Amino acid sequence: MDTDPKDSKETKQLTTGEEDRKSLVTRVKEGTSALKDRAVDEAKEYKDPQETQLWKSIFRVSHDRSDPRNRSLAILSNVFLHLHPAKINRDAVRYPFTWGMGGITFYLFIVLTFTGVLLMFYYHPTKADAFRDILYLEHDVPFGKLLRNMHRWAAHLMVITTWLHMFRVVLTGSYKRPREFNWCVGVVLLVLTLLLSFTGYLLPDDQLGFWAVTVGTNMARATPMLGSEGPFGPQLGLTAYNDVRFGLLGGSIVDSNALLRSYIWHCIGIPLVASIFMAVHFWRIRKDGGISGPAPIVLESEMKAVKKK
Amino acid sequence: MRRFVNKWTILGVCLVIVALWAINVQDWHQLWVISSTPDNIPIVAMLALVPFFTWMGIRQAVANDRLIEQLEADPKLSKTHHRKVEPWRPGWAREIHVWPYLVRIEFLATVIVTVVLFIWSITLNAPLEEPANPNLTMNPSKAPWYFLGLQEMLVYFDPWIAGVVMPSLIMVGLMAFPYVDSNPLGNGYYTLRQRRFALWMFGAGFVQWIVLIVIGTFIRGPGWIWFWPGQTWDHNAVVFDKNIDLHDMVIASSMGSTLGLGFLGNEPYYGIYKFIFGLIVVTGFFIVGALFFHWLMTVDFKKMRMPRSLRPRELHSALFPKSEFEQKILQRTSLLQYLTFQFFAVSVLLALPVKLVLRLAFTIKYVWVTPWFNI
Ligand code: HEM
Repeated sequence: MDTDPKDSKETKQLTTGEEDRKSLVTRVKEGTSALKDRAVDEAKEYKDPQETQLWKSIFRVSHDRSDPRNRSLAILSNVFLHLHPAKINRDAVRYPFTWGMGGITFYLFIVLTFTGVLLMFYYHPTKADAFRDILYLEHDVPFGKLLRNMHRWAAHLMVITTWLHMFRVVLTGSYKRPREFNWCVGVVLLVLTLLLSFTGYLLPDDQLGFWAVTVGTNMARATPMLGSEGPFGPQLGLTAYNDVRFGLLGGSIVDSNALLRSYIWHCIGIPLVASIFMAVHFWRIRKDGGISGPAPIVLESEMKAVKKK
Repeated sequence: MRRFVNKWTILGVCLVIVALWAINVQDWHQLWVISSTPDNIPIVAMLALVPFFTWMGIRQAVANDRLIEQLEADPKLSKTHHRKVEPWRPGWAREIHVWPYLVRIEFLATVIVTVVLFIWSITLNAPLEEPANPNLTMNPSKAPWYFLGLQEMLVYFDPWIAGVVMPSLIMVGLMAFPYVDSNPLGNGYYTLRQRRFALWMFGAGFVQWIVLIVIGTFIRGPGWIWFWPGQTWDHNAVVFDKNIDLHDMVIASSMGSTLGLGFLGNEPYYGIYKFIFGLIVVTGFFIVGALFFHWLMTVDFKKMRMPRSLRPRELHSALFPKSEFEQKILQRTSLLQYLTFQFFAVSVLLALPVKLVLRLAFTIKYVWVTPWFNI
């Protein structure tokens, strides 16, 4: 049929008999555009994610950039951030003062926990499996090599940053009153960090770890009064089978029990203790009045006289 | 003398030493093998990190010290000054919000550390040796680098001292430090001038630790034998143990025979003479060491000069001029604080380098030999 498109339209309208009623297509079109407008309007609101219900439910307050109260609440009402005070000394955020070293050390501890847990999925602390598991990690596990490397290098880095952190604390005299005790907590953390490294060294069960731990625990044999070859050890009845080294290794040589003990200390014992000490460390920073500085300098002439009690 | 000591002469001398050393290196490959061992890379990194952060700290300390000097000289200014080198204007808030000013720095730091770790882990593989084999001794068998200080100490002391007593003393000594440092100044800001002695002591400990680690890493080869950096590690090298005990050395010396000290070697009652001899030597060491630290603690180096005669009074005023400031600090120090400090200073900070020199330069094994322990 040869019909004019205009005609057919008119015909359609005529047949429906209702001139003002819009066609289905138009209605759909209009509906869509209204929906679109609404969506755009709502999306504009989502542009500020902090105003969303989801955000507010998680963070409990909006982090309005300009409102001081909200900025404080952003810190105070967050379980992770409330480790911080809401406000700090304006110069304390200058990088050259703390070097961020304590914070970086803590972050490395988190990285180590994360990669460590992943490694635990692939590692059995037994003489038969340990070394093979490392080979498996290196060659077959997707990203296994990267995982192992990251755990290793983060551990080395943590030793370095802990030292640098301590060095900074020394240089700024931050161990002085009232932070003496927190310094002591720090010393314990340093030792725990070193012990974590040491216990981890044995776990691949290769020559490197085996001999390092052999040399290391041989020193324990010489502990005064606790080791079988230490001063006063033999006099107290200690032998290679009941001294402190035996207790550390679970045997008289570095073998399967030593591997298991290292593993448990490394993955459970020491991290647990270290976490507790870290919690105390951070808590004490707050209780001692926050970071020590940069404090106003005190002059020699203002040194208070010695208090005689 | 002072005129010639500046950064250029120091740099020059260092360069000459490095050049002399480089000429004498026989085996660059050996050096490369040691420093490129993956587990040693962190030390190489530390060789850059430690100077960098030392510089960063000292730079701030120098700036603060300049301000301190200025304010000490100008009491009026010290009344109004805000007492920091960081800029400050009236009207500025003294505190700022942690969100976002601190949190964003922390976030940035985690990103940077993560990136560094990824790059490091992609480019460098963690070492893995052959499976553990108790029948095949690794030679040299080295602990991870951060324990090499301890392992190196085994050369100078018996295992119970190097492995147990010294680490414990270092730990307890570190914990005791805040309680024996009676200087109230320099709390929360970088300064060299107000904390001269404390920083010297920490510095000495820090440097010793680093030196031991460097010796343990770069110098000790197979059989824990001393190979200079650049010398080839000879796996067949044997060093004959020439070390002898101090009392034997005294007996054998011409002075010993002139003074008739040969009886020290006699062995009635389990070597009671040896025992008393060693006890005297060690006690003497503690006394001399304590005097040394006392001098270091109180002296004013700026006032020190060459004595004009050998009369005791002249010697005393020339070599032991007292620093007024340190004198004030000493007055604040309780006897317990003083003695605690002296104990740790002499038995760790001094004993370690002294024993190192005695062993390496004078081949002395023990200074105090008893039936129960040897020192
Ligand atoms: C696992 C190891 C450690 C972690 C995770 C850690 C973490 C931190 C953090 C996050 C801070 C806040 C300031 C900053 O970042 O510098 C801090 C401060 C402090 N740390 Fe540590 N720390 C560790 C080890 C140590 C050690 C070894 C010492 C000293 C022996 C120490 C002594 C202190 C002191 C005295 C403060 C207060 C500093 C001030 O007020 O300026 N910490 N620590």
